[in-house]
Amino acid sequence: MIGAPNRIAKIDWISLVLYLSLMLIGWVMIYSAVYDEDHSNIFDLSQRYGKQLLWIVLALLLGFIVLLIDAKFFNALAIPIYILVMLMLVGVLLFGSTIAGSKSWFQIGGFAIQPAEFAKFATALALANYLGKLNRDMQKWQTQAIAFLIISLPALLILAQYDTGSAIVFGVFILVLYREGMSGAILVIGMIAAALFLITLYTDKYYVIIGLVVLFGLLLFFIKRNKSTILKLVSLLLIVSAFIFSVDYVFENVLEAHQKTRINVLLGLETDLMGAGYNVNQSKIAIGSGGLTGKGFLQGTQTKYNFVPEQSTDFIFCTVGEEYGFVGSTAVIVLYLMLFIRMILLAERQRSSFSRIYGYGITAVMFFHFAINIGMTIGLVPVIGIPLPFLSYGGSSLWAFSLMFFVFLKQDANRLNIL
Amino acid sequence: MINKNLSGRKRVIILVFSIVAIVFVVKLFFLQVVDQSYKLSSQNNVLRYITQYPARGKIYDRNGILMVYNEAAFDLLVVPQQVKKMDTSAFCRLLDIDQEIFSERLHKAKSYSRYRPSVFLEQITKEDYGYIAEKLYQFPGFYFQARTLRHYPQPIAAHVLGDVGEVNRANIDKDSYYKTGDYIGKSGIERFYEKDMRGHKGLKIVMVDVYNREKGSFQDGRYDTMPVSGSDLIMGLDAELQAYGEALMQGKTGSVVAIEPATGEILSLITSPSFDPNLLVGRIRGENYNKLQHDSLKPLINRAISGSYPPGSTFKMVNALVALQSGAITENTRFSCQGKLSRPIRCTHDHNSPLALLEAMENSCNPYFWNTFRSTLNNPKFPNHKDAYDFWFKLLGNMGLGHPFNTDIPFELSGNIPSRDYYDKLYRGSWNALTVRSLSIGQGEILLTPLQLANLAAIFSNQGFYYPPHLIRAIKNDTSYHSPFTEKIETGIDAKHFEIVKQSMLDVFEGDHGTARYYKIDSIRAAGKTGTVQNPHGEDHSMFIAFAPYDEPQIAIAVVVENAGYGSTWAAPIASLMMEKYLKGCSTRKALEKRMMEANFHQKTKKP
Repeated sequence: MIGAPNRIAKIDWISLVLYLSLMLIGWVMIYSAVYDEDHSNIFDLSQRYGKQLLWIVLALLLGFIVLLIDAKFFNALAIPIYILVMLMLVGVLLFGSTIAGSKSWFQIGGFAIQPAEFAKFATALALANYLGKLNRDMQKWQTQAIAFLIISLPALLILAQYDTGSAIVFGVFILVLYREGMSGAILVIGMIAAALFLITLYTDKYYVIIGLVVLFGLLLFFIKRNKSTILKLVSLLLIVSAFIFSVDYVFENVLEAHQKTRINVLLGLETDLMGAGYNVNQSKIAIGSGGLTGKGFLQGTQTKYNFVPEQSTDFIFCTVGEEYGFVGSTAVIVLYLMLFIRMILLAERQRSSFSRIYGYGITAVMFFHFAINIGMTIGLVPVIGIPLPFLSYGGSSLWAFSLMFFVFLKQDANRLNIL
Repeated sequence: MINKNLSGRKRVIILVFSIVAIVFVVKLFFLQVVDQSYKLSSQNNVLRYITQYPARGKIYDRNGILMVYNEAAFDLLVVPQQVKKMDTSAFCRLLDIDQEIFSERLHKAKSYSRYRPSVFLEQITKEDYGYIAEKLYQFPGFYFQARTLRHYPQPIAAHVLGDVGEVNRANIDKDSYYKTGDYIGKSGIERFYEKDMRGHKGLKIVMVDVYNREKGSFQDGRYDTMPVSGSDLIMGLDAELQAYGEALMQGKTGSVVAIEPATGEILSLITSPSFDPNLLVGRIRGENYNKLQHDSLKPLINRAISGSYPPGSTFKMVNALVALQSGAITENTRFSCQGKLSRPIRCTHDHNSPLALLEAMENSCNPYFWNTFRSTLNNPKFPNHKDAYDFWFKLLGNMGLGHPFNTDIPFELSGNIPSRDYYDKLYRGSWNALTVRSLSIGQGEILLTPLQLANLAAIFSNQGFYYPPHLIRAIKNDTSYHSPFTEKIETGIDAKHFEIVKQSMLDVFEGDHGTARYYKIDSIRAAGKTGTVQNPHGEDHSMFIAFAPYDEPQIAIAVVVENAGYGSTWAAPIASLMMEKYLKGCSTRKALEKRMMEANFHQKTKKP
């Protein structure tokens, strides 16, 4: 056994410093966002900034405990933890409380805990455990099917809670599957599908199909025309057409009205600055008015005077943009990028597949939150209510991300002990 | 483990991460550095420019009596976003409005903005405000904003003071000082002295949050300006005299205008029927304005400046003066009168013949003045009768006839003195004294306003000059202000010619046969002239001009009572009572006063 001081000494200080910086930036941003002259003490526990400090302290305590636990513990208990969290997701459907339209919270005393936040952690563990086994071949369809099952079970349960935002996050595990050997074509197909989706929404579906027929017709002139290629092309055309019709069907019949509106607002097909477009418009005003260097600490009028909704949680990036401008926003984005790249590099240096896959899993989740959240505040992505890791106000998300992070840090610190 | 070179895939993943980060940074660069419009939007969100309305200037009479001041009134504002579920029927009862109006106004406010205040109910009085404000806490989203309303302690002089109303599109286009909802003087003194009375608006810039709650001043008020109150005006008008005149004129249609001859200051400017100026203030304004507009007696018309009457006999003195000045006659020139047989104009009076000027004026002898007028036009001094007519026209113009005075009374009409061109057109160049003989006795096309008539009386009393009749004599606490209407105007008629005119007017009160001999003022010598003006629409108009005291005139007056009959029966006693009131402070002739006040001609006036 190695003593506790030693265990901690081997942790990756670069990623830890990046993590701590982001968390402290978040704390100060929350202070700015909900600043109240009557309670100007940043340690005031009746205010969100005081509470966030408490969450930070508790998160660090949690992290410290994780570092003390044996590294093998998480691999060994990955499946039980996964099952436990899945049961909690079912439980929340049955006994949970509804907050902001999502039935995804356990109310315990004054606290509200969201199992969905921990489901990402559990899924990363379970996926790493499953794919990390010896002789697992990603090319086999059985492997792929089970991996997809592990990912989609929590996603479906969360979707059932009407928390679409959190459910979408699970899609990012595709990056992990790609890293572990699944064909890169899936990424390309994914992107083409997304492009077709957007084009279909922008224009009429029949125009898209006519366009594709013309395109395929032209292709026929440039390739060898034999029976099999023609058959392949025609079937591809049929599949794509079916996809386009299903996009239209999903958009019209499956998506909720507010989700449709959010997408339409983003695509510029709908402008409703007082309704659905209000958040994003005010958010862009906040960030845009920050200019090059920002308005300065506590000088952000958009956030201080509540023009931006959810400014301490989902729209926390507005405060960065407004008070610290382009320089500050870029700095935060660079910090995130550094953290993510560092974590990828750490994952790659792992000796155990479990640690590597787990590292990729949580990095992908954090990246997805980062991309969707900031993309939303600057109007590049539809409004999807998911928090910005380490910056947004809230205990559940901060603890969940810290837990993911420290478990990985522990794996990394322990990497040399694995043969 | 099967994977061989899969670790190379990390580059793809890092590339994906980096591309997203770069896209964000580029987008942020455009959002924050390139596009400046968001800065403006953020200011629009947070800054509210609050106009600080100055107090509008007050108006005093010549003795310092307050005629118009400001009273606090309150607009009820609504911020729709802050309106919670509430007991609308209780709210409507509180404000005394219908449910329908409530939902209509709320809808209007919502369509303007959910987050910014708009006026829900205008101009709630001080009394209602106290009552409503107490209960308003039950209805979040509703606020009061203080405005001021004009208030008139005495219900008199509505037309003189004028009214104040909201600016219209044209006002705003003409003067960028005004913004929608601002007040502007619409008529009377309020209109003419708008720029003096309105003061200067101040501006306060405050920061508000998303609920439009004030969060303090912008940059510690560096860009704020204080409002500057408007100037207080002092009129030449005598409030007591005005009130007395309005009382005398009640139940009658017509006008009384009194002028101080030595200054041109208007002592009273009465039109009847009139109305209480408090009716055109606040929420009741629109409804009352509509009512007044549709009143068959037309109380909105200011007859003192826009009523045009043939001057009748009072005009004979004007013709006499022109004739004397041109040398067509002297005071000793005699003309004969054949009474009812006289041609082309017959005489209705019984007197000696032939007679000289003084006697002719005392008896208002039509044939005499026809001859006088003919002599004026046929005066051999002039190359032809048309040039002589020009001379006559010019002297009339010098006396303020045929054109407005253009002082501080808006919407003044010019009356009518036909020009040579007018007759040239009418008679295709071929006309002479006979053609236009009606002019000799103040009938025909000649029309004078009561203000012009009163000014004539002032000219007679001054013996040849006048000061343009005007309303405002000074601005309070501003010694540098001098009325631009105090320039003495000479009529071009020698003072000596007025002696005989004045003498004849004195005899109207003092002579044994004077038409106003029953209305002599105790211990004061007055001079006057009656007119009984034929009127195709009904009974004759009763008319009288006068001035007093005879030797040191302090008041010149014209009285017109429409469709009342002889000048001596109504206009003369009213003028006499007015002069007495002004000179002595009260009247001793209570019976006469009572009879005048109670007389009601409105049943007699033909209604259209």
